[in-house]
Amino acid sequence: MSVSHQQSPRGPARTAPLPEPQRPSEQAGLSEPERGRTRLLTGWGRTAPTGARVHRPRTVEEAVAAVDAVRERGARGSIPRGLGRAYGDAAQNAGGTVLDATGLDRIRAIDLEASTVTCEAGVSLHRLMEVLLPLGRFVPVTPGTRYVTVGGAVGADIHGKNHHVSGSFSRHVVSLELLTADGRVRTLAPGDPLFDATAGGMGLTGLVLSVTLRLLPVETSWMTVDTERLPDLDTLLSRMTESDHRYRYSVAWIDLLARGPAAGRAVLTRGDHAPPAALPRHARRAPLAFRPPRLPPAPRGLPSGLLRTSTVGAFNRLWYHKAPRSRTGEPQRLASFFHPLDGVGHWNRIYGSAGFVQWQCVVGHEHDDALRRIVQRISRRSCPSFLAVLKRFGAADPGWLSFPRPGWTLALDLPAGLPGLGAFLDTLDEEVAAVQGRLYLAKDARMRPELLPVMYPELERFRALRAELDPHGVFTSDLARRLGI
Amino acid sequence: MKDAFGTPQSLLVLGGTSEIALATVRRLLTRRTRTVWLAGRPSPRLDEAAEQLRARAAEQGAEARVHTVPFDALAPDDHEEVLGKVFAEGDIDLVLLAFGVLGDQQRDEADPRAAERLARTNYAGAVSSSLVCARALRTQGHGSLVVLSSVAAERPRRANFLYGSSKAGLDAFAHGLGDALHGTGVHVLVVRPGFVATRMTEGMEPAPFATTPEAVAEAVAHGVRRRARTVWVPGVLRPVMSVLRHLPHAVFRRLPG
Ligand SMILES: Cc1cc2nc3c(=O)[nH]c(=O)nc-3n(C[C@H](O)[C@H](O)[C@H](O)COP(=O)(O)OP(=O)(O)OC[C@H]3O[C@@H](n4cnc5c(N)ncnc54)[C@H](O)[C@@H]3O)c2cc1C
Ligand SMILES: NC(=O)c1ccc[n+]([C@@H]2O[C@H](COP(=O)([O-])OP(=O)(O)OC[C@H]3O[C@@H](n4cnc5c(N)ncnc54)[C@H](OP(=O)(O)O)[C@@H]3O)[C@@H](O)[C@H]2O)c1
Repeated sequence: MSVSHQQSPRGPARTAPLPEPQRPSEQAGLSEPERGRTRLLTGWGRTAPTGARVHRPRTVEEAVAAVDAVRERGARGSIPRGLGRAYGDAAQNAGGTVLDATGLDRIRAIDLEASTVTCEAGVSLHRLMEVLLPLGRFVPVTPGTRYVTVGGAVGADIHGKNHHVSGSFSRHVVSLELLTADGRVRTLAPGDPLFDATAGGMGLTGLVLSVTLRLLPVETSWMTVDTERLPDLDTLLSRMTESDHRYRYSVAWIDLLARGPAAGRAVLTRGDHAPPAALPRHARRAPLAFRPPRLPPAPRGLPSGLLRTSTVGAFNRLWYHKAPRSRTGEPQRLASFFHPLDGVGHWNRIYGSAGFVQWQCVVGHEHDDALRRIVQRISRRSCPSFLAVLKRFGAADPGWLSFPRPGWTLALDLPAGLPGLGAFLDTLDEEVAAVQGRLYLAKDARMRPELLPVMYPELERFRALRAELDPHGVFTSDLARRLGI
Repeated sequence: MKDAFGTPQSLLVLGGTSEIALATVRRLLTRRTRTVWLAGRPSPRLDEAAEQLRARAAEQGAEARVHTVPFDALAPDDHEEVLGKVFAEGDIDLVLLAFGVLGDQQRDEADPRAAERLARTNYAGAVSSSLVCARALRTQGHGSLVVLSSVAAERPRRANFLYGSSKAGLDAFAHGLGDALHGTGVHVLVVRPGFVATRMTEGMEPAPFATTPEAVAEAVAHGVRRRARTVWVPGVLRPVMSVLRHLPHAVFRRLPG
């Protein structure tokens, strides 16, 4: 026995108090024995942390056992989580279970002839690119970061810069395996109601276990890119409307801090996969090489006030004037074209402890006046928003809660600590809802529940399917509770 | 669930007629509010408070339901059952522990039973009801518990050490509770107002740095949003009390008030 454990005649030693006598009680104290597995989780925006038990199944059997355990426990349910890149509370489940799918990380088969890959849902798009690019294949849709899982890509039915040509992620899914609330594993194909509810269903129909995905053949890991600077929003919109169809990929970065006639000035970048002949000489020997650079991560504990309107405005100005007025056919590496932010790990820390929110809407092509009003409101209010992203969506996708519909989508990041931000964003929401536009659930952390059925007309159908498939709420999330999905 | 800005959708007030609490509920009431529970000793005042909040919610276009529920700080045997029922109806995003009595120092010094009753209300009753709420919040994995302490907790004075000591106990308890819940998703905010013009202080000479229920409400809203541990109202009391705390005892004892 060590000295510190000895009991002095005057009472227990200070350094290591003896355990208090246990009260005979069924209830655990505030710090449960299970606490080791309870983790505090947020989305990428680092707002509204909640606590949940995290399970990380490594096999289908473990996943089934985890869902069985949740069903038997009967309270507060579970939600799948991938790499936590959704900005808000979609992959959180306060007081319940979070099924961390990243342990389901096997690539099961690659079929070059059919140009498909079958992989488990926790595989990241980054990993798929590492494996597939040397084989001359690329993922059909990629978001602004490679660090999302295939399961998360289905759950949010993500879109890329090629939505106007290729549609959302789930349009390229040949089939998937879904573990539902009853513990069954079902194989689903597009057109199946449960498939269409799962695509964009934010994990609320069950845990996607694996996916067979159709791939895009490519000759190189390079892009040829056309860049142009546009002095205002109107010029930008007409430019995109008249010529986006000539490019597979298109996106505009707009400066919302520019005022007056310059409001909405933008840099438009559009491109396609480069043929070998377009590569710079040094890259021709290994045209499919994929070695994206990784810079050091942003430091922890940065103060919340770092991003002010003045500093962000200066950054945006610099960036606009640095862009070429017009340049065509520039070869760019794939990673710098698609994922410029992935170079810096944890860049979300630059917003400090208050975190940030992303606001992303879509309004129909015929409602570009609503888009103009929204841009003007943001510009007039001088929100410290880094570049906002504007993109033109193509046809709507079949997922019942899929976000894209034909029209303009605008996305911007804002520090959550800004006074009055909540009320301001509410006014933008109203503009969107008034023209039957919608907000992207993968980005939301604050919308008003009443607007959800207005924005997502298939919501009732989704609710009915869930009520039947999962009457006891084996799958639920903070997002579902907040919005009453 | 709270949103990214800490806006609660459901509120539970312990001490449902407290003027500070009601100002705070009014401040937090938005179109997103779904439910408000006012727990307190049944009285026309309690019903009227609920009625006023309903009217207020309707004005804002909120579909909030406002309920009252009988709750007595001095009946800890019932806390588990009464509060358990509230939580069984649905998650609570924010609990505001507002009940308390000021007592009458001179009278209570001479009446140990009255003094003990004050201590039981402000300290023991708060310990019991907070623990019931803390466990429920812990189970739901999120939520804020806001505890109304007082500057009097910082260094109890000759003139009101009965009240001050009860608040000192509550203050220490609540900070400890916050530590115990760290990492669970539950957040505890301890609020230390100075003199607030309410029913409790009616007829008393306002102390320096006197403030209003609305200012306390604002500080609570801000503290919840920031997930702060302690807030002072007004904020200047933090440095002021930090000086007072270090005054030599002989000087402190002689301070007026
Ligand atoms: C820098 C950045 C840029 C982005 N750009 C875009 C973009 O251009 N286009 C776009 O569409 N999105 C974009 N996003 C959002 C991101 O693509 C989505 O939020 C995506 O869902 C994140 O995947 P994840 O693996 O991190 O999933 P998480 O964030 O962990 O979860 C997201 C949702 O998917 C569900 N889910 C996760 N895994 C599974 C599974 N195995 N089974 C069932 N459901 C599951 C979760 O329950 C949750 O509802 C961007 C995000 C960031 C951070
Ligand atoms: N006012 C100040 O200057 C000041 C300063 C610092 C801190 N505070 C603290 O802030 C809190 C709110 O005070 P206030 O100014 O709003 O005063 P208040 O209006 O007098 O409110 C006090 C509340 O406590 C309730 N209460 C008293 N005994 C109770 C019991 N046994 N069971 C249940 N409820 C009981 C009262 O309910 P009934 O209607 O049933 O009596 C009333 O709702 C108190 O904790 C107080 O100590 C006040």
